Amino acid sequence: MRLHTLAITLTAACALVTGVAAQTIKINGAGATFPYPIYSKWFSEYNKLHADVQINYQSIGSGGGIQQVTKQTVFFGATDGPMTPDQLTAAPGKIMHFPTVLGAVVPVYNIPSVKTELKFSGAVLADIFLGKITKWNDPAIAKLNVGVTLPATDITVAHRADGSGTTYIFVDYLAKVSPEWKSKVGVANSVNWPTGVGGRGNEGVAGLVTQTPGAIGYVELIYALQNKIAYGSVQNAEGEFVRASVPAVTAAAAEAVKVMPADFRVSITNAPGKGVYPISSFTWLLLYENAKDKAQAKTMVDFVKWALTDGQKYCADLGYAPLPEAVVKLEMAALAKIKIS
Amino acid sequence: MLIAIVVGIGVVLTHQSMPSIQKFGLSFWRTEIWDPVAGEFGALPFIWGTLYSSVLALLIATPIALGIAVFISELCPAALRQPLVFVTELLAAIPSIVYGLWGIFVLVPAVRSLETSLPDNVRKLPLFSGPPLGLGMLSAALILAIMVIPFISSISREVLKSVPPAQREGAYALGATRFEAIRAALFYARTGIIGAVMLGFGRALGETMAVTMVIGNNPKISASLFAPQYTMAAVVANEFAEAADDLYLSALVEIGLVLFIITLIINSLSRLLIWSMARTEAIVAEPVEAEATV
Repeated sequence: MRLHTLAITLTAACALVTGVAAQTIKINGAGATFPYPIYSKWFSEYNKLHADVQINYQSIGSGGGIQQVTKQTVFFGATDGPMTPDQLTAAPGKIMHFPTVLGAVVPVYNIPSVKTELKFSGAVLADIFLGKITKWNDPAIAKLNVGVTLPATDITVAHRADGSGTTYIFVDYLAKVSPEWKSKVGVANSVNWPTGVGGRGNEGVAGLVTQTPGAIGYVELIYALQNKIAYGSVQNAEGEFVRASVPAVTAAAAEAVKVMPADFRVSITNAPGKGVYPISSFTWLLLYENAKDKAQAKTMVDFVKWALTDGQKYCADLGYAPLPEAVVKLEMAALAKIKIS
Repeated sequence: MLIAIVVGIGVVLTHQSMPSIQKFGLSFWRTEIWDPVAGEFGALPFIWGTLYSSVLALLIATPIALGIAVFISELCPAALRQPLVFVTELLAAIPSIVYGLWGIFVLVPAVRSLETSLPDNVRKLPLFSGPPLGLGMLSAALILAIMVIPFISSISREVLKSVPPAQREGAYALGATRFEAIRAALFYARTGIIGAVMLGFGRALGETMAVTMVIGNNPKISASLFAPQYTMAAVVANEFAEAADDLYLSALVEIGLVLFIITLIINSLSRLLIWSMARTEAIVAEPVEAEATV
């Protein structure tokens, strides 16, 4: 008897599920790992509001995201570094960039004898990662940190071994502050490091730094905050030493509004302005201006509008910096260009 | 069927790496530069790192693994045999990421303190030069050695078990000591043992996760055991996901192709070695038999 009822309930449930599934709009996306926590939060929150919309996101990396969206195997992509002009022309249609949230990269170090927070300038960071400054008591570091007794230990540079948007943001900054870095190493998701050891992922670099006395590396701000790793402050374009924080990162983006290009492909590292943290960056969603599936395009536009407004409130909990109002306004105008019918 | 799969892998790898093969040709095998920004790629540091770490791992693992195999099959009391077999084979069942984590938290600090405790005049030797990071070739070779020991020891044990008892009894009958009898059994089983070592070599060549976590991932050729280096499998795993432009991607696939070719060559060489050993054995054996019949 019981079994019978169970069977009926099950059949009914199945019918219900398939009934709903028939109207559900499913959208697939892929790309950067850095914004994955907030994107998955957004998709699940948005699904609670709109039960008929299911957005599926695979965090396969920025490079993979650009590739998949170019090949149109996914509807949208996501990247931590804007697409290059070559990549844009390789795509079968016009791809638009939409900044969603902001992130920052912080220098982390391990000098057991130093308990105070160290200050770095762009030039010093570049020279350390170029292998030109090799000791912690180098006069260039000492000059920025008056009153701190720096030991004569060797500096061990730790960097990402895997290709990463985090690396992109960091070396993009180094290239802006050091002509030598720009000509010798350049900017990409993975570069030919002049010195140091490579770790996999933020956790790999953080592991190397915390275990190796004298090490310096770089990790995402969120990672450092969540794992309570001490990090140094960095001198911005105005000459102030700024400790990375959510408001300091949003400030960098607010400054960028004045020079924002129409396609949003802008680097905000070493941005001018007071209180700005210089190693900050947008992360972008990639959408076709004229996608084949108009129903998906309309749903996606609605979702992005929500993410840029109501969705921004989830930033703080997850450690991302929200977009400044002015950027959101520009993006709303750009979203209107996407063809939805 | 198996041949078709192997050929298929080769064809796909070659096809996917075409842009890189066309651009760099054979110089890919002997260039030391790996610069994704400038679009210049060479596999030499990765080939070097892979072969160096694997050979080193075998040098460490083979004597230990053979020791384990001999102990289990020849010397060990029967009650201890099963637990020992279980424990060594358990080593093979541990996922490589777990080895990697253990490497980062236990092995690397241990190697670092070993490095710092070496006297200065030893540190000046090219084999031990470089800052004491802990991460590097030595840690990679040690972790690989631990990972291949169960492979070599369990196959060697099986091979030793299959040595006919008459061989050992014959040796004892001729007045051999226990040690000499074991040596005779090892000699009898040598082709199988070489096969076991080669299987371990293949495993070491392809190991990715554990190695990348402890080797330091630095594509620079160095003879030093303490220098951070890089392997082929590790660079493909690390950089593939974020490689966006075609040349970069195809260079990574070509690294895979190079690894595939090297593995094939090593496997063929080991087959050849075993085959030629079997042949000389037959030649040696023949006149003995002839004498016996006379």
